[in-house]
Amino acid sequence: MMGAAEPAIALRQPRGVPSVPHEVTAPAGPLLASRQPLLTPGGWMAFGVAAVIALGIVPLLNLAFPASHPLHISDHMVVLSGKIICYATVALAMDLVWGYTGILSLCHGLFFALGGYMMGMYLMRSIGTDGVYHSTLPDFMVFLDWKAYPWYWSFTDHFAYALALVVLVPGSLAFVFGYFAFRSRVKGVYFSIITQALTYAFMLLFFRNDTGFGGNNGFTDFKRILGFPIHTSGMRATLFALSAAVLMGMFLLSRAIVTSKLGRVLTAIRDAESRVMFCGYNPLHYKLFVWTLSAVMCGIAGALYVPQVGIINPGEMSPANSIEIAIWTAVGGRGTLIGPIIGAFAVNGAKSWFTQAFPEVWLFFLGLLFIAVTLLLPRGVAGLFRTRERA
Amino acid sequence: MTASMRVSAIHFAALSRAALAILLFAMSTMAWAALDAGLVKAIAFGENDAKVDAVTKLGASADPAALELLEALMAGEVQTAGERVLRVKDDRATDAITGERVAPVPDARDDIILNNRLRREIETALAALRLVSPNPAVRREAAKTLQNGADDAVLPVLRKAIAAETQADIRALLELSAARIELGSNDRAVRLAAIRALAQSRDPNTRSLLAPLLERKGAEFVEPDAEVRAEAELSLRRIERRFATGEMLGRIFTGVSLGSILLLGALGLAITYGLMGVINMAHGELIMIGAYATYVVQNVFRARFGGVFDYYLVAAVPVAFATSAVVGMALERTVIRFLYGRPLETLLATWGISLILIQSVRALFGAQNVQVENPAWMSGGIEVIDNLVLPWNRIAIIAFAGLVVLLVWVLLTRTRLGLFVRGVTQNRGMASALGVPTRRVDTYAFGLGSGIAGVAGCALSQIGNVGPELGQGVIVDSFMVVVLGGVGQLSGTIVAALGLGIVNKFLEAWSGAVLAKIAVLVFIIVFIQKRPQGLFAIRGRLAES
Repeated sequence: MMGAAEPAIALRQPRGVPSVPHEVTAPAGPLLASRQPLLTPGGWMAFGVAAVIALGIVPLLNLAFPASHPLHISDHMVVLSGKIICYATVALAMDLVWGYTGILSLCHGLFFALGGYMMGMYLMRSIGTDGVYHSTLPDFMVFLDWKAYPWYWSFTDHFAYALALVVLVPGSLAFVFGYFAFRSRVKGVYFSIITQALTYAFMLLFFRNDTGFGGNNGFTDFKRILGFPIHTSGMRATLFALSAAVLMGMFLLSRAIVTSKLGRVLTAIRDAESRVMFCGYNPLHYKLFVWTLSAVMCGIAGALYVPQVGIINPGEMSPANSIEIAIWTAVGGRGTLIGPIIGAFAVNGAKSWFTQAFPEVWLFFLGLLFIAVTLLLPRGVAGLFRTRERA
Repeated sequence: MTASMRVSAIHFAALSRAALAILLFAMSTMAWAALDAGLVKAIAFGENDAKVDAVTKLGASADPAALELLEALMAGEVQTAGERVLRVKDDRATDAITGERVAPVPDARDDIILNNRLRREIETALAALRLVSPNPAVRREAAKTLQNGADDAVLPVLRKAIAAETQADIRALLELSAARIELGSNDRAVRLAAIRALAQSRDPNTRSLLAPLLERKGAEFVEPDAEVRAEAELSLRRIERRFATGEMLGRIFTGVSLGSILLLGALGLAITYGLMGVINMAHGELIMIGAYATYVVQNVFRARFGGVFDYYLVAAVPVAFATSAVVGMALERTVIRFLYGRPLETLLATWGISLILIQSVRALFGAQNVQVENPAWMSGGIEVIDNLVLPWNRIAIIAFAGLVVLLVWVLLTRTRLGLFVRGVTQNRGMASALGVPTRRVDTYAFGLGSGIAGVAGCALSQIGNVGPELGQGVIVDSFMVVVLGGVGQLSGTIVAALGLGIVNKFLEAWSGAVLAKIAVLVFIIVFIQKRPQGLFAIRGRLAES
């Protein structure tokens, strides 16, 4: 999968003395000399093995073996991995904009949460009258003494419409925000900081009870999805397999993009945006496309995440979450597509272990990880393998 | 419940002799300004309603003896012995009505038990009686008590007190109470007159009196009388017009106050960002460290130098500056230095640093907020005009922010280090070629920026909570100031901070805090469409990459 790209290094000649603090130096990612195949034969093989494990073996071991059996995979494990697979999808989306296009987004957590909230609306509607107050309204609305659904809740009881919202809401927010930001050529840390402020503003908005999304508590106590009860092993395994399938689909899509001409332009924008403009390209369109696509990927991941963990609240929108996404990508290795997936698994695996074993050490570890990766491992874990290949 | 039952029991025991007792007391000689025996008896032996009625009448009597009796009643010094009502204190008993000495003190005495309703009534009555006190502080306290719960029996007393009152603020309180009573009157003319009188009030609380008259419940008005409504609206509008100026000034003041806090937070950020092109995500935590340094200094002062506790801030400011500056320089030397030219990576690394700092502070001081006390001279405020009180701690922080800006300005424009910092900010390569030790300047400038953050933390500790998450709350706003103000000139940061502060407060009054924040954010995004480099960009041919 890591195509040999030695000659392409020549493209990255010294670019004169850095004169401005804004100077963005490209992260060291692979550059592509010639059109690569979607996946190498070895890559297809690995892809197939991953598909068999995720779609066949894991659900089978979870469902077919009794809990006492040594081969049994516990429900907890399935939910945890399903959750991390959703995170990995977000990390992949982050990699498209950061690793390949050089835009560090600090609002991918927001897109993720928005997708989750859209799915959450459907799940809340399908509770029906089984809530604590036995009303057709969700409990939090009864509690606030609301008599009817606000307008933006209309039709959310239709699954297809909810799915459309999952794509459209994060997508259109990203499109509008991206259009204005990229048009005025906001970039670098400026862009990152403004995306962070956006996330912060949305978090405050969703914390309000009047916003109509459950305020502080968000959505929880889901009962069923498409008529099937949600708290069953079968449903958990299904959602897990679905998330894995989505991740693999997204991986192929991303791969198709980065190996295409479009991908080449994106990488060029990352390395020297002005030169791309001088060559006659308008970076706005390219950036906007990949930015919006990335947001949609996050939204879909969020929509798969919510039914698995059974809760969505404004905490998911906190700026800290969005920055953590960046570290998953950085740990795994930017500018490679497998890197962010590895990174998401490594960091979140470590997180679930630490928060159980040594909760007070976790933030130290995470902090050190941020520093160590940026100082010592700019290419992430994937970069380690790459240098070994070369040697 | 039990109290009133006991009272009733006492009452029944005494009832049979009541007629005789009243006769006896009416005939007894009155040695001093005697109280109405009927009222006293009613309080001692009457039913609850009778007690309340008697207390109210005593309250309206403006009699010093009534005041004494009610005070004694509240202190539990009034007791009954058979049919007599006695005031018993330190083994001395006097007759509550005549004031005559009763000796020997009867052995069988019962307490008069007061329930909550009665206590409230007595407090109101006491307040009415105290309105004639020569001590203004007592009168003010009484007037405040009368704000709630006075009824029309007190009205004549109130009117008399208003006429006699010399202190403007007490008179305002009294007038408000009187109007409140009159508003509830059954006489339409009295109500209309009261509403008209309220239009002259200098008290902002007047509005809360008039506003309910204009409320609707469904389609119906709460107040059925159209003329009363119209009059109330007129008065309300008059009052509002009069208060508009004060409110406007107040809002500008809170805006400037918020702006000065933003300025303190953003100033150091602007320096480090201007110099290195990196937004230091740990800046908020450097502010937090400054606040904790203040906390430590405060504790040391309390433990060692209690006598000069009010001046602990004089020591806290330099300590906060030094602590944060040292931490900042250490960070620059160990982490940030190696990431020059990679601003996005620096952003992530400094975020990691901020996590470590937060967790370290939690480990050292605990996750709970710590208590930082204002020095005494900072509490209270100054009343500029009627409804505008400026708190001293806010004023102190505005002045302090001004001082810090002045010092930074002097440092940047009048010293050699400042010259170097400006040179490196504008053109690192050229400065280096001319012999400026850019690396060392980086460290010093980072230390300066961090030190200012520490000082900001010291200021923040005086008006808000000090906890490990303190920095997280301030940092997003500080970023916005830097984005808006641009880099390289102090004036940009100052204008952006004050502007954002004032705009924020005005929007807040109009739409609520959260929507105001969102509106400001949208405004910033639209703004940088026009001027991507911020308000006061240094003009030049700084072609990007």
